[in-house]
Amino acid sequence: MTTVETPVPRKTRQRGRWSLPDNGYRGLLAVVAILFGALAVWFLVAVILQALPAFSTLGFGWIFGRVWDPSHGKYGLLPFIVGTLEATAIAVTLAFPIGLGTAITLAFLVPARIRPFLSTMVELLAAVPSVVYGLWGLIVLAPIFRDSVEPFLTSILGWTGLFNGPDSGTSLLLAGVILFIMILPTMVAISRDVLIVVPVEQVEGAMALGATRWQVLRKVVLPEARTGILGAFTLATGRALGETVAVAMVIGNSPYIAHSLKSSAATIPSLIVNNFGESTGTELSALFGAGLVLLVIGIVVNSAARWLVSSTGHESAGVEVGR
Amino acid sequence: MTAILDSAVDPIVERRRAVQAAAASSLRRRKLGSMVALGICWLFLAIAIVPLVAVVVYVMAKGLPAWNTDFFTKSTTPEGVPGGGVWNAIVGTAVITTVATAVAVPLGLLCGLFLAESDGRAAQTLRFTADVMTGIPSITVGIFGYIAIVRNFGYSGLAGAFAVGFIMLPVIIRAGETAFRGVPRSLNEAAMALGARRATIARRVVVPTALPGVITGVLLAIARGLGETAPLLLTIFGNQYLQWNPTKPMSALPTLIYSYSSQPFADLVQVAWGAALLLMTVVLVLSIGSRLLAAYLQKERR
Repeated sequence: MTTVETPVPRKTRQRGRWSLPDNGYRGLLAVVAILFGALAVWFLVAVILQALPAFSTLGFGWIFGRVWDPSHGKYGLLPFIVGTLEATAIAVTLAFPIGLGTAITLAFLVPARIRPFLSTMVELLAAVPSVVYGLWGLIVLAPIFRDSVEPFLTSILGWTGLFNGPDSGTSLLLAGVILFIMILPTMVAISRDVLIVVPVEQVEGAMALGATRWQVLRKVVLPEARTGILGAFTLATGRALGETVAVAMVIGNSPYIAHSLKSSAATIPSLIVNNFGESTGTELSALFGAGLVLLVIGIVVNSAARWLVSSTGHESAGVEVGR
Repeated sequence: MTAILDSAVDPIVERRRAVQAAAASSLRRRKLGSMVALGICWLFLAIAIVPLVAVVVYVMAKGLPAWNTDFFTKSTTPEGVPGGGVWNAIVGTAVITTVATAVAVPLGLLCGLFLAESDGRAAQTLRFTADVMTGIPSITVGIFGYIAIVRNFGYSGLAGAFAVGFIMLPVIIRAGETAFRGVPRSLNEAAMALGARRATIARRVVVPTALPGVITGVLLAIARGLGETAPLLLTIFGNQYLQWNPTKPMSALPTLIYSYSSQPFADLVQVAWGAALLLMTVVLVLSIGSRLLAAYLQKERR
């Protein structure tokens, strides 16, 4: 690295093994840290530079264009932004209550003997690759959704207008449900981590006042863990926003704004992954632009999440399931 | 309570009775509410477990029939040609992950060591950067790999390894930092008092003490890198033939599952299930193994 090892008198060497002087050691660590910082900056700058042509030829208006038709020179990103938000909204609407309820159960209600087993199981499921969830969703869930779930939901909730159109299987709804299953372990694991660090004195104090278990949870534990839970929620949202392959496999990939949960749609990641191979020129640059939009959303959401989780003082939250 | 007190028409006793009645009814109501709310929590646990278990069970049931000797030893064949396997994809995934790990682990651990030893502004910024990077959409990392490597050197396993390593790096950094920070100050100070250099302390005290956490973090990062699909789709191109050379286009298990899953041919979908089972098994074994190993090393130490 930058500093050359200076000759050291033999007697200060330990067991004849090589050892850097202190400034050399610090220099080495600093160089590696700078390398990492530079890599992150390079990443950001590279994507911005490659996306620039799209912004200079199409203006900023293309982000809000409603039509994506490269063969006629139309590059509107809005359908994909809306699709990303819709699929994410479905996923987090399901994942927030169910994830939080599961976290509460795992943290406080499950007998201590099976708690580690269940917790480990949920965390392990965060490790299952997304492409496996996608395969399962496409081959197993899609037919079930087409033949049973969608007709059933249409019959009881059709009046809301959210279930218009034919039963398709591969739809916004299925994408949202697959995302829900994928982000659930993140939501559960981090919520549980912030729930169990609530000071035990507060819990015992509330119990001594005669509060029921639910009252203790509702009035003491949840308010105390509020910020951390919000952080878990935001982290899970970030994961849903950026998920690529599982969504691309089940959402049907049509470049139109979906007005029904049963219609197919597309997200920014699915747009990129489906069109990348055969794009050149402006279209390729537009895909880089789409990637930049996604990256900016991802950085904002994750920054917020990390800030929220770290402000609870729970240092390691999310490191193990930080995907 | 004496009878005299009870029978007396004393406003204080009346008041006490009213309060007791109110408290009893409040308790009944609160207990019922608590039972309902906690019941819903249990229900949510059940709802959460069912799909997660269903995925694992289903992949096992569908994937096991695809496993045979050919599956693990032959390269992929086109639709309709029997006897194909996924050996080329296994090799691709192994080579890509090995290269990514070989680069990301030393870099990540040194960076984690830096973060564990510093609390300045720069360190805080880097820590935050690493945290944010663990959550950024993986497809954008694929774009980066394409811009940085594929544009200049063409599609290759190395481009994929670059992207996967980039995703693993922040995970290793943060896991490493957390592990290094867990080393008691007193150990550090004892080593310093003996006149050891910082590099010596790091090598002989900090790293060995933090080893369980480091190993867990690295194995989890590898497990994560193995399953990454989106970045590989933009960088490695795929290859139906066996390819050991990482400077050439390669195949990989996740991308193979992705492309075969949408094929209308039953035999290719079958191969996708087999590959999904293989990938899932390896990832789960790594994740479980890392936990067991960490627990074992912790126990050894005491």
